[in-house]
Amino acid sequence: MTTTTAARKRYLSDNPRFLAGLFMSPAVIYIIALVGFPFVLAIIYSFTNISTGNPELDFVGFETFRRVLADPVFREALWNTFLFAVMANLLVVVLATALAEVLIKDFKGKWLVRFLVLLPWVAPVSLATITWLWTLDSIFSPIDWVLRELGLITENVYWLGRPGSAMGSVIAVQVWRIVPLAAVIVMAGLIAIPSEINDAAAVDGASSWRKRFQVTIPLLAPIIAVAVLFGVILSISDMSVVYVLTRGGPTNSTQVLSTWAFIKGIEGGALGQGAAVALFLLPVLIGITAVVLRLARRREVL
Amino acid sequence: MTWQDTDVPALRRRAERRYKMGRFGTYTVAILFAFLAVFPFSWALISMFKQSNDLYVKDNNPFWFNEVPTLEHLRLLFVDTNYLTFIRNTLVVGLAVTLITLALALPVAYALARLRLRWGERMGIAIFLVYLIPPTLLFIPMTRVINYLGLQESLWALIVVYPTITIPISSWLLMGFFKGIPMDLEEQAMVDGHSRIGAIRRVVLPLMFPGIIAVIVFAFTLSAHEFIYALAFNKSSAVKTIATGVPTELVRGDVFFWQSLQGAVILIAVPIALVFNAFLDRFISGFTMGAVKG
Repeated sequence: MTTTTAARKRYLSDNPRFLAGLFMSPAVIYIIALVGFPFVLAIIYSFTNISTGNPELDFVGFETFRRVLADPVFREALWNTFLFAVMANLLVVVLATALAEVLIKDFKGKWLVRFLVLLPWVAPVSLATITWLWTLDSIFSPIDWVLRELGLITENVYWLGRPGSAMGSVIAVQVWRIVPLAAVIVMAGLIAIPSEINDAAAVDGASSWRKRFQVTIPLLAPIIAVAVLFGVILSISDMSVVYVLTRGGPTNSTQVLSTWAFIKGIEGGALGQGAAVALFLLPVLIGITAVVLRLARRREVL
Repeated sequence: MTWQDTDVPALRRRAERRYKMGRFGTYTVAILFAFLAVFPFSWALISMFKQSNDLYVKDNNPFWFNEVPTLEHLRLLFVDTNYLTFIRNTLVVGLAVTLITLALALPVAYALARLRLRWGERMGIAIFLVYLIPPTLLFIPMTRVINYLGLQESLWALIVVYPTITIPISSWLLMGFFKGIPMDLEEQAMVDGHSRIGAIRRVVLPLMFPGIIAVIVFAFTLSAHEFIYALAFNKSSAVKTIATGVPTELVRGDVFFWQSLQGAVILIAVPIALVFNAFLDRFISGFTMGAVKG
């Protein structure tokens, strides 16, 4: 500590440039070493045939990509990733907007509803998914029990055991998990709309549906875009739901790029091919990044 | 039609009916969403207390205790499995990650919020973009890096890697908190003869308390949530966290210990959810880069 003097002492740390360097470099070095470096390695690996058995970096050009592309499972995973992300996020947008509209209203027991609807997002994803694994059990699923009691089915559905219903199930669980997050984002946007705009529309004689589709939703578009961005990133990159529920099965019908990269690269030890599979996510991520940057530049419109 | 012709009572009735229908709609949608959100958890909650000869009978009502509830499966969870080890590991990793995150993100946030750097804004966006690089893209080379450093099969692997997830989001979050503290306060402290760092320590940091608490919560919960790295780096059960330990260890061969498994989920998920829930709004505003003004 320093003593107070009439003429203030100069400290090296008072120089903003020096202080900036001092303050930023530890984190920047950390991120470069543990994000930047592995990121470059990921690209390098995909041009080698590195595996856990052969950790040498032998460059093979595009051979690894050729092998990955020739694999029918990869093509299925690519298509599934697309289907999974698009279907999940379409549902998320609709449901999250509906949920957000309810959550900004005042009603009794609102805090409880809020706590409950947020549970799927705030619980650790692998654990939350386990409750679904049990809910969709082939024999003891309570959903099947209800359907049987209602006489709608006689045999169990085997939710995760057939290709179509397995894909439907992993999409539904992903939606279940992301809707709370998206709803909270949309909610913040709804609150930010000045009430005068709605009042003006009402005075002009707009019905509530017209108000919703011609006033509220256009104003919400940028914020819904933000919610979708995070929804897409989570859907294409977070493998937890698919991995815990199906591991990509039955017979790769729910295989997505992230699970396939894990199964190839970590469980199968083909590091080069795993890295190459994961790299196919990069164009999508770059596209999303570009959109985020544009949003960031005109942040005042949000 | 002039205003004299308006049938006021009829209009009032209509407005009232509309209001009531609106209330009804709100409650219906709210309850429906709450039901869907909670459904698998409630099934888990019932299952964890069911006896096996009740649970594993296909035609028994799954939502009812057809036999007396039992604590046997919870006892099994705590006595016969590594559940407590997973919890301990999660706490150790969470604590260490939180400390590293605070140590690295606080200075970054301060520099970006206060030092009026020319490249400050660009740097801020760059840090945010790091958050968009998902573990899926990095886990394969990261596994090699961790092996090279000799950290595989240890909690250190997770302690070293998780800050890459928590630092970017925490920096953004803290930046907002720093901007909320009036510049005059630290300038006054500097006029009074403190160095800049002295002013930060004595004046600014105490006011950052709410921001620091928020970062502690997020660093902790994100560490507890993380799945891919934990699955890729650590395969022996002594160094698993709850996120990987519970789904992989409470299964023997093809046999799931469903009741214990669901108990393990409920006992951990609900406390984490409660804490996270309390801070969610702050998290979202950091998460969306302040794009959401709410």
